[in-house]
Amino acid sequence: MTTSTTDILLWVVFPYVCLAVFVLGHVWRYRYDKFGWTTRSSQLYESRLLRWASPLFHFGILAVFLGHVMGLGIPKAWTRAVGMTDEIYHFLAISIGAVAGISTVVGMALLIYRRRTVGPVFSATTRMDKFMYLVLATVIFTGMWNTIAGSILNLGGHYDYRDGVSVWFRGIFRFDIRPELMADAPIGFQLHALAAFFLFALWPFTRLVHVFSVPLGYMWRPYVVYRSRPDRLGSRASRPGWERSERRPERTGRR
Amino acid sequence: MRVMAQMAMVMNLDKCIGCHTCSVTCKQAWTNRAGTEYVWFNNVETRPGQGYPRTYEDQETWQGGWTLTKRGRLQLKAGGRLKNLLTIFASPKQPSIGQYYEPWTYDYENLTNAPLQEHTPVARPKSLLTGENMNVSWSANWDDNLGGGPALASQDPVLKQVSDKIKLEFEQTFMFYLPRICEHCLNPSCAASCPSGAIYKRAEDGIVLVDQDKCRGWRKCVTGCPYKKVYFNHRTGKAEKCTFCFPRIEVGLPTVCSETCVGRLRYIGLVLYDADRVLEAASEPDEHKLLAAQRSVLLDPHDPQVVREAERAGIPRDWVDAAQRSPIWRLIHDYEVALPLHPEYRTMPMVWYIPPLSPVVDAIAETGEDSEAARNLFAAIDTLRIPVEYLAELFTAGDTVPVTAVLQRLAAMRSYMRDINLGRDPDPSIPAAVGMTESAMQEMYRLLAIAKYDERYVIPSAHAEQAHSLEELATECSLDYEGGPGMGGSGPFGEGSGPGFADPIAVENFHMLQQRQTSDTVADPSTRKARVNLLNWDGKGRPSGMFPPRDDGDPADGPQLRDAESTGAEVVQPLPAGGSESGPAGTGTAPRSGTGPGGGASPGGSS
Repeated sequence: MTTSTTDILLWVVFPYVCLAVFVLGHVWRYRYDKFGWTTRSSQLYESRLLRWASPLFHFGILAVFLGHVMGLGIPKAWTRAVGMTDEIYHFLAISIGAVAGISTVVGMALLIYRRRTVGPVFSATTRMDKFMYLVLATVIFTGMWNTIAGSILNLGGHYDYRDGVSVWFRGIFRFDIRPELMADAPIGFQLHALAAFFLFALWPFTRLVHVFSVPLGYMWRPYVVYRSRPDRLGSRASRPGWERSERRPERTGRR
Repeated sequence: MRVMAQMAMVMNLDKCIGCHTCSVTCKQAWTNRAGTEYVWFNNVETRPGQGYPRTYEDQETWQGGWTLTKRGRLQLKAGGRLKNLLTIFASPKQPSIGQYYEPWTYDYENLTNAPLQEHTPVARPKSLLTGENMNVSWSANWDDNLGGGPALASQDPVLKQVSDKIKLEFEQTFMFYLPRICEHCLNPSCAASCPSGAIYKRAEDGIVLVDQDKCRGWRKCVTGCPYKKVYFNHRTGKAEKCTFCFPRIEVGLPTVCSETCVGRLRYIGLVLYDADRVLEAASEPDEHKLLAAQRSVLLDPHDPQVVREAERAGIPRDWVDAAQRSPIWRLIHDYEVALPLHPEYRTMPMVWYIPPLSPVVDAIAETGEDSEAARNLFAAIDTLRIPVEYLAELFTAGDTVPVTAVLQRLAAMRSYMRDINLGRDPDPSIPAAVGMTESAMQEMYRLLAIAKYDERYVIPSAHAEQAHSLEELATECSLDYEGGPGMGGSGPFGEGSGPGFADPIAVENFHMLQQRQTSDTVADPSTRKARVNLLNWDGKGRPSGMFPPRDDGDPADGPQLRDAESTGAEVVQPLPAGGSESGPAGTGTAPRSGTGPGGGASPGGSS
């Protein structure tokens, strides 16, 4: 079977470009804009809706993420090797996935409703925020659609993404490109994958960067952090050529 | 023993007239920006009153500070580390903007743009959050001077603790002012709450700061701080807090709030403390013993062993000297009149207060008795339970004994000094009655009542020497670059995003400010090449060149010129272009014309 140029572009070039933008974009953003790297929380403005919607969405999407790690990252052979039949896997994926998916969608719907209707929150919403919400919502809704229409209702016939999308996805990271697998996938999965990769490309330039600030180190660091003033003259680094002349450290030990 | 130095403050509440100058100057210096409209690093509360944000002292609601677990271990009141992380998506106990107030401005333009009409146009209040019209219904000092009466004041959480005896009827009420800044605690619960580790305590002087590049806006510090002195900048999404004006402190200048205090009631100085004992003291099970525990953490700077240990810990000798001359140490330890605010929060706050005697004096004066006679005052302190118990809830976790002792000392000082001022023989039994010698009482009087500038503020400068400021002069202004302060605007990711700013609050600028403020000479160009830079003119004298020379010889110019000549010191304002020679007396120096010392965006520079 041959693959068309469009397939190559959509399922090989586009993902790699998006991933490259994702990685390099984050490096660039971190170096360029540490000050802008924040959750941009709007809790100060409104907390009644946020109290429910935000945990619902965030915990939901964390579970969804773990589900994707399972579904996309782990080959069928592995789950079979540990004695998990496809039926059990399917049941677990659908049941846990449905709970996570529904809480994500409900949470997101509430959050977007809140963002639109609460005055201060809406005025604090940037254009990039709106665009990002659009893409994120597309990804989530196509994902939900695939689960409900494809896996639960079996609309449009049976399709096992673990034999198609997952293999293609893993291939991207192993440089084992299989665009024909995606070309054969149902339109719902295609749209979901495209939207997701576009979201990855958008990621470093949105508030989504806060995902990489998960403060797990908090569990282990000492409560109170001490820091010394930087050992330099003045409050900013010297310009090149204006460094203080300093005694070099003496060489000790063997000559 | 691990000796550390802490920059601390004491406020003498008897002298506070509630003028809010400290709040206003602080706001102009630090929070006069988008996103910080509601932020008051310094605020002045009328007590009894709800405070700012409203009822912040009710820790059962707001869960700030530390608490002891059943096993006696110190834990954040908001919960352990895991709970803190799991509630990161919606902080459960964060005050909303309603507990502060919705910031607003006025539609001033309407006053000039409105068409001719029968009625005078008005400037309507517009919300700074939404831009919509709004009704102003609360602000930072809505209940100033007991405004709103018992309906508002009865919501005071501290008052509720002593409520069964409280009288808020007009005739029996009392009030005083409580200026508050960040406490720069020895055991800061805001820092302990920060998941990102962005809040840190400076090892040199104990000032607690937020690293703006590391803060990720998790908002846990707002919950963690029981004094609610960490604020969330709603535009940048970062936490901000009082900085103890560290750029000024580093060059030996007092904080803006202290410098501008009309009542001269603030004292700044160093204390030395034993960092190894902080946790133990904060874990003291008996709340009434927390004050003593906190005092015991502080180290006597005159103790030779402490001096030795301080030296070993790398504290410079002049800092130890400053700690020995510290007014803070004298007020806390020698005279024992300063008390910490809410020691029961277990954060070891380092802004201490001398409780006000005035409510007691006022009450006696109203009875027609001699309100400054020691006997009357002593008796009144004991009988006027309400102010004392209220003060005790604020300063000693409810223990009235230390508060009474402080008030008695202050009362004794008043009576004792009155005799001296009226030319009568001083009565040595008065100081003796409160356990003080006559000389100690007179010293305390000097420190509290005369309160000379140099005695109120004993601030050793940081050891970042000044050579670097020459570099700034010789090369170019640190603010002249793309995206620098004053260039305005914001990056593509929202407010304040963009390339890293060079520090607008450069230490160098504050060195210049300090030199300028403390110099006696006139910044006066005497060469024709120098031009008068009005941005740098500090109002001292009249620089020649400001007005054209007059042929008939204006007598007003005479003494000025003779003065400058007679000193023999040529007072030269350096040329606007960088690199020219500096004035011999260290007069004001301008890095560049158009950028005065302090720089465009630099806070203290405006003073």
